[in-house]
Amino acid sequence: MDTQDPVLAHLVERVDSARAHQTPLDIRGGGTKLFYGGLPAGEPVDVTVLAGITSYEPTELVVTARAGTRLSDLESALEEHGQCLPFEPPRFAAGGTLGGMVAAGLSGPARASVGSVRDHVLGVTLLNGRAEVLTFGGQVAKNVAGYDVSRLMVGTLGILGIICEVSLKVLPVSTATATLRFDWDESRALEQLRTWAAQPLPINASAWQGGRLHLRLAGARAAVEAACKRLGGERVEPAQAKDWWTSVRDQSAAFFSLDDASMARGESVWRLSVPAISGALALPGEQFIEWNGALRWWKTGAEAALVRDAATRAGGHATLMRGADKSQGVFAPLNEVLMRVHQGLKQAFDPKRIFNPGRLYPGL
Amino acid sequence: MNSSLRPESQDGASRELRQRELVAALGQVLAREMILFREEDTAPFECDALTAYRTLPLVVVLPSTEAQVAAILRICHELSVPIVARGAGTGLSGGATPHELGVILSLAKFNKILNIDAAACTAVVQGGVRNLAISEAAAAYGLYYAPDPSSQIACTIGGNVAENSGGVHCLKYGLTLHNVLRVRGFMVDGEPVEFGSQSLDAAGLDLLSIIVGSEGMLAITTEVTVKLIPKPLLARCIMASFSDIESAGAAVASVIAHGIIPAGLEMMDRAMTAAVDAFVHADYDLEAAAILLCESDGTPEEVEEEIARMEQVLKAAGASRFEVSRDEAQRLKFWSGRKNAFPASGGISPDYMCMDSTIPRRCLAEMLRAIQQMEMKYNLRCVNVFHAGDGNLHPLILFDAEDADQMRRCELFGADILETSVRLGGTVTGEHGVGVEKLNSMCVQFSAAERTQFLGVKRAFDPRELLNPGKVIPTLQRCAEYGKMHVRRGLLPFPELPRF
Repeated sequence: MDTQDPVLAHLVERVDSARAHQTPLDIRGGGTKLFYGGLPAGEPVDVTVLAGITSYEPTELVVTARAGTRLSDLESALEEHGQCLPFEPPRFAAGGTLGGMVAAGLSGPARASVGSVRDHVLGVTLLNGRAEVLTFGGQVAKNVAGYDVSRLMVGTLGILGIICEVSLKVLPVSTATATLRFDWDESRALEQLRTWAAQPLPINASAWQGGRLHLRLAGARAAVEAACKRLGGERVEPAQAKDWWTSVRDQSAAFFSLDDASMARGESVWRLSVPAISGALALPGEQFIEWNGALRWWKTGAEAALVRDAATRAGGHATLMRGADKSQGVFAPLNEVLMRVHQGLKQAFDPKRIFNPGRLYPGL
Repeated sequence: MNSSLRPESQDGASRELRQRELVAALGQVLAREMILFREEDTAPFECDALTAYRTLPLVVVLPSTEAQVAAILRICHELSVPIVARGAGTGLSGGATPHELGVILSLAKFNKILNIDAAACTAVVQGGVRNLAISEAAAAYGLYYAPDPSSQIACTIGGNVAENSGGVHCLKYGLTLHNVLRVRGFMVDGEPVEFGSQSLDAAGLDLLSIIVGSEGMLAITTEVTVKLIPKPLLARCIMASFSDIESAGAAVASVIAHGIIPAGLEMMDRAMTAAVDAFVHADYDLEAAAILLCESDGTPEEVEEEIARMEQVLKAAGASRFEVSRDEAQRLKFWSGRKNAFPASGGISPDYMCMDSTIPRRCLAEMLRAIQQMEMKYNLRCVNVFHAGDGNLHPLILFDAEDADQMRRCELFGADILETSVRLGGTVTGEHGVGVEKLNSMCVQFSAAERTQFLGVKRAFDPRELLNPGKVIPTLQRCAEYGKMHVRRGLLPFPELPRF
């Protein structure tokens, strides 16, 4: 990344001054995920000024763009060449940025089959808490020179520094897709998903809610057609299917919003990441299952401790995705050893503790 | 060589004293046969597959339980003894090269497959389990572990985690990082720790992604949960010949540009196919300037469709000869040559040095031309085998280690390839790791501030720098010296070498 760039130089100055005065900074992209993580604190730093695709070579399956680039602009550029971000990052609202996508580290419906945001990051240019511009990783898929710091940046919620530029591995859009619908209860759906997962089927995404399973197939035309015949179910009309998966990806489906009535009932939306083979989780409220059973969203009024306990017993962890009461923490608490490493990393990247304080864990 | 890598030599007496102290302390927690310290016992551990670097360790320990590993770590921590973890010792970059005053912590006895969960498509294995053993055990369920480094019959999963190993199929199926869910092990002070989880993610920072590829410098791995995937029903391989390097390189880019992600996409130049043909008869086209192996796998319908598309693209790119494997036997025959590329090189030269840089795919032809120029410049031969699909090069520089001048020219040749790779937008190591071998090249690829940041990461896990010290991150002083050497190379352009 060109460190002489005046926009970047200005950001460096800003960080240098914040470091000198120990002023907390609130790193801002499109502001579409302010609800996620601990409450933002500090002086806002607008990263959307650092925008634009730096390089995109479709034959390399790699795109490099500055962090403030709008996700919609990035995805349009890829679409022109028949390529995409296969992990389908949720957009929540218009205006989200590439940097925000990496900092939040959230992946969409196809994650269980194609991998996560983390899996597709190849390189990151970072502005750390010493006001240094550092580049880790690169623009090639195979790269083991030094620790994989670029992937460590995924899901940091900005606490280690300002993400300035990102290189991502992209993929061609699948030749064919189809969506099938099955009217099955939770246990039948989970059982089927488990059986299918161990077979060579082109399953790209799955979502179950309220007695109905949606299954998306993607791949070579012949493979998708063969799987449709074999799996049965009811085929969903393509345009309708596309809209439906978009509503899952962006969490615009009704399930994910907390209206006044559910707020009044003290409900929150929780994200429980558990082993896919876990049986049905016993919590009060409504559920939405993705990732072949590995991701279970709960809209529930249950106490945080109860939700966390259910996730832990299943071998996973629970995150408070949406809810007014963050007093019990947003992310699952870490044990002492892991917290020590987190603190050590914070110290290594941001010794004056200026970036996004408290956004990931209190005290970090 | 590279004496600067080694710590200040202690006089024999104090080394012996230190050894006695350490052996006595370890004897409190380990059976005698698990502690090796006599030279005849420790000699087999003096190097990994990068045999040019040899150091006798102070002590080798061979624990068999996690409690023993924890106890060893506590003792070493207490006595400030460096710890170098070792799997099968197949690493090519000296990641397991011993420390003169350190312990080699061999995980060879951690060789049990603890659980294969066919429903969850996961396997829980100890760190010393061989890569191929996982797929063999999973085969009964129609599953396998995808990353397949060429050393897979011998290398261990713990070593794969340390190096983030790839293989010929990682273009489609990813690297070790993409196929590992959870790493269990110990911090330097003996505290147990888990990175990742049985789920698809874990709370907090994504520490798993930094542990994978950390070359044993952040924690000790004793147990790994890996993803298993359904075995493809069918695989077929295309062998395509090209009459010049440029069109072969362009064909690789064209396959990807057409939206095809082959299960494997490999390239060999004529010098390599000739060497291989003398070693195993793989039926390669020896007239071709370069051949490509392009594989499709999946359901029979998928493979048929994909092979047809690949055929179209490769022919349009100018393939002069073209053959699709008829059956599994022929497919394996096509691969036998590729998989024997390294030993075949050993057959035509007393020694070879294997490089491992990655470049953007579009630069393949340019890189090959540059290497041809370097062959003349350094007066050494080089044969080329590439994971072309992901731009990962393995030029094998042929030389005779008995000849000091050849050795020197070989090192310069290698450094030149790595620097050219960085200049083209690539990296000095695609899958073999930095270890001790590529410390100098790290000075070229990373700035002082970036290297200092790596050190900060290390200290977050290992504040006293006892885990595999001296690897991966070159000191500022070392880089300064390497920088000066460059200037010297500029001023004194090797008058004995031919100029053009």
